Amino acid sequence: MKFLTSILLTALLSFAACLYLPWWSIAVVAFIVAALIPQKPGKAFLTAFIALFILWFALCFFLSSANNNVLAHKVSILIIKMDNPYLLMTVTALIGALVAGFAGLSGSYLRRSK
Amino acid sequence: MKLFPFIISAATTVGLVTVLNSTLVLPAPLGKILNPQSGVWQNAESANENFNANLSFPNLKGNANVYFDERLVPHVFAENDEDIYFIQGYLHAKFRLFQMDLQTKAAEGRASEIAGSKAIQFDREQRRLGMRYAAENSLIEMEKEPKQKALFNAYTNGVNAYIEKLSPKNYPLEYKVLNIEPEKWTNIRTALLLKMMAKMLSSGTEADLEGTNAKNIFMPDELKVIYPQVNDSLVPMIPKGTVFENPAIVPIKPANADSLYFNNQKLVAAKQAYKPNINNGSNNWVVGGSKTQSGSPILCNDPHLELSLPSIWYEMQLNTPTCNVYGATLPGSPFVIIGFNDSCAWGVTNAQRDVKDYYEIKFKDASKKEYWFNNQWQASKLRIEEIKVKGGASVFDTVAYTIFGPVMFDASYNGMATNVSENRNLAIRWVAHDPSDEASTFYNLNRAKNYDDYLNAIKSFQCPGQNFIFASKTGDIALWQQAKFPARWSGQGLYIMPGQDSSFMWQGFIPQNENPHIKNPDRGFIESANQRPVDSTYPYFIPGQYLIPRGRAIEHYLTTMNSITPKDMMELQNNYYNITANNIVPTLLKYVNENELGENEKKYLDYIKLWNFMANADSKGQTVYNVWWKNLQQFIWDDDLKKSKANVAYPTSQTTMELLKKDTALKFIDNIGTPQKETIVDAVTTSFKTAVTILANYDANGGLEWSKINKGSVYHLLKTNMPGFSRPNLNVGGNGDIINAIHDSHGPSWRMIVSLTQKTEAYGVYPGGQSGNPGSKYYDDYVNNWAEGKYFPLWMMNKAEATDKKIMATINFKKG
Repeated sequence: MKFLTSILLTALLSFAACLYLPWWSIAVVAFIVAALIPQKPGKAFLTAFIALFILWFALCFFLSSANNNVLAHKVSILIIKMDNPYLLMTVTALIGALVAGFAGLSGSYLRRSK
Repeated sequence: MKLFPFIISAATTVGLVTVLNSTLVLPAPLGKILNPQSGVWQNAESANENFNANLSFPNLKGNANVYFDERLVPHVFAENDEDIYFIQGYLHAKFRLFQMDLQTKAAEGRASEIAGSKAIQFDREQRRLGMRYAAENSLIEMEKEPKQKALFNAYTNGVNAYIEKLSPKNYPLEYKVLNIEPEKWTNIRTALLLKMMAKMLSSGTEADLEGTNAKNIFMPDELKVIYPQVNDSLVPMIPKGTVFENPAIVPIKPANADSLYFNNQKLVAAKQAYKPNINNGSNNWVVGGSKTQSGSPILCNDPHLELSLPSIWYEMQLNTPTCNVYGATLPGSPFVIIGFNDSCAWGVTNAQRDVKDYYEIKFKDASKKEYWFNNQWQASKLRIEEIKVKGGASVFDTVAYTIFGPVMFDASYNGMATNVSENRNLAIRWVAHDPSDEASTFYNLNRAKNYDDYLNAIKSFQCPGQNFIFASKTGDIALWQQAKFPARWSGQGLYIMPGQDSSFMWQGFIPQNENPHIKNPDRGFIESANQRPVDSTYPYFIPGQYLIPRGRAIEHYLTTMNSITPKDMMELQNNYYNITANNIVPTLLKYVNENELGENEKKYLDYIKLWNFMANADSKGQTVYNVWWKNLQQFIWDDDLKKSKANVAYPTSQTTMELLKKDTALKFIDNIGTPQKETIVDAVTTSFKTAVTILANYDANGGLEWSKINKGSVYHLLKTNMPGFSRPNLNVGGNGDIINAIHDSHGPSWRMIVSLTQKTEAYGVYPGGQSGNPGSKYYDDYVNNWAEGKYFPLWMMNKAEATDKKIMATINFKKG
């Protein structure tokens, strides 16, 4: 239950935060959620990771699908040096996931260090 | 105790964010760029994007409507001039903000703020060319009349109205990738954009430095042969036989010109590092009613410029109660630049005239504070240029301004210098520095009702020299070569001139009414394609970098064509006839010694024997000709030109062709580096054998088809920095000397055909799309049509047609 709640809460709050704040506010969100909801460090990492992976993948997937991947083709060549929109989405999702994951891990350790 | 793992994981998080938010480790801040809520994914425009909007701005005076047709061309209907240019500025910014920002920053010499230290030399050269100085002088003229100033202000306000409401997540993609922000628009940026055009079209049309070095190698009579003022094969814009009036000004050659100037053999090291492409040319022509099927004139224009995505052009219709005009606009400037209204149509090609001269300056000392002029030390104005560099410290440069203009080359800067020790202080005298308001020409052309209006509109146009072609619904056709052109004595300005007194300065300008022009000729057509405008009987000395072949090819067709339709004109704009090859290939085939050729070499010779002289995409003959002819020219000239380490002008292909046709015993054929005497047979045969080694290499690496060698391409403005954003290697032919002048990333940047029938029938296409957003389907949607030679009908919309099914979106503007 905590596992699912953490994922949902991290994803929702990250989405809300990024409406107004810089992208790295996802780290702050993941950190706070992990500090509030007690989970083992490994699980805290995993829930934050999954939350942002799903959130960012879904967001760019929907934006790009409506765009027929016109942009993603070009940007994938620019950034990952190959024409692969879905790999670019995966890279995007991984960036969010990793940052959130480590922030969640930190949050969990903070709680435990008290 | 979990403090230690906490510190490790927290540090990892902070580290990750820092790396992903900056360019410390990565070439771009990937977290910032890729996050879906404000990064580049936000630029992925929906395929069903709804462009409808209701907008209100306090700057507007009344209401206005913008109707976008299915190609995203806006048809703007406003109640007055100021509102229409406000909206033009707004739409330019909405669809093309990055290019406006980039181009004007580059014009001013601020590219390093975007590109970092690799652009410092470019910026120095722009500043030493006096680009900002030119724009400042222009701005004074543009803002002199309050009415005119209000129009530029309205345009600027429109651009800024868009920028102001832009949040970072909506920045054009390039800003995100480069991690920079848009800069507010000002009227001087409009002036800078027009000066960018002036540089593009009139800062590479002289060869003073290359010519100066040529004097060191060749004798005066040789110079006249190798670099002729009037080519034998020239077909001028103003037909031969036209009688010119006596000149109002007869400039006097200084008494010491021979000793100080013509016979001065001093070399020069300096070389412009960013000289504009010589293929910045264009075609325009107009056929009168006597030659068309409809009985009304047809006007055609295709300006050849660097092709880019987004395109330099943006298509618009601008309608007010006093003006209804359609055509290609230049994002960064108000008005339609090439187009038509309800009464007439106009187009432009480049005059190619030399309007920039170099004067040698003697400074008192290294401080450059004083220079010797008319027997005394004069104070120069020192302009300290600060070049801000992205990711580095500012670079400072001091440019001295003299009575002639800025000292472009001196001890601290000589461009792409050659290995020559003659470092000379060179000031430039360039017409683009003179106060002028070129934009108002277009304001007036947009409203021209007849020939007189057209003439009045273009009279004030000073730089760059343009061939304004014109046709009206009343049946008039005309062309004026228009600019402020110096009146020179014969030979003036071909080489660096002495700058220690006023004796070599320009003595005046050719009166406007003596500029080459033609109206309603009996033969029923007028054309210009960057050739010399007049034959040798024109009473002024007019050097330039003229391009001869396209004009000849256009004349070749138009002379015999009759009952012309717009479709015929489309075919002519896309024509691939290689007239130069047709002239020289018989000579090549006559003198090539086939006994010396192996079977494999003969195979390549067959391509050219069977060739129809068309440089189309799949032509192999064109490739063989191109490589062979280039090698033959090198065989003839390289040994002579390489006598000097300095940068020397290469004789034009046209001149070499003429020389060989006239004299197959031409003395320059002999290679001065060998003991034996080479003949034309040796030259033609040896160069063919050299060509075959190159051709065999092409054959082995993809094929001989001309499209694969010519590589017609449209690159993103940031070129190789943006792979994936360009359209390289299109299936097109062409070349600089072909009517369809596509070569590499150069070519027809806008093709327009206007038939001035009672209801105007117009067609156009450019290699790009209306949206500058690479994430939009409108980014490059015209490119295929352009490559295939297809056109779109240009719809001069009537306000009553607002419910037409072609209208896909509407933006309503109102005061508020």
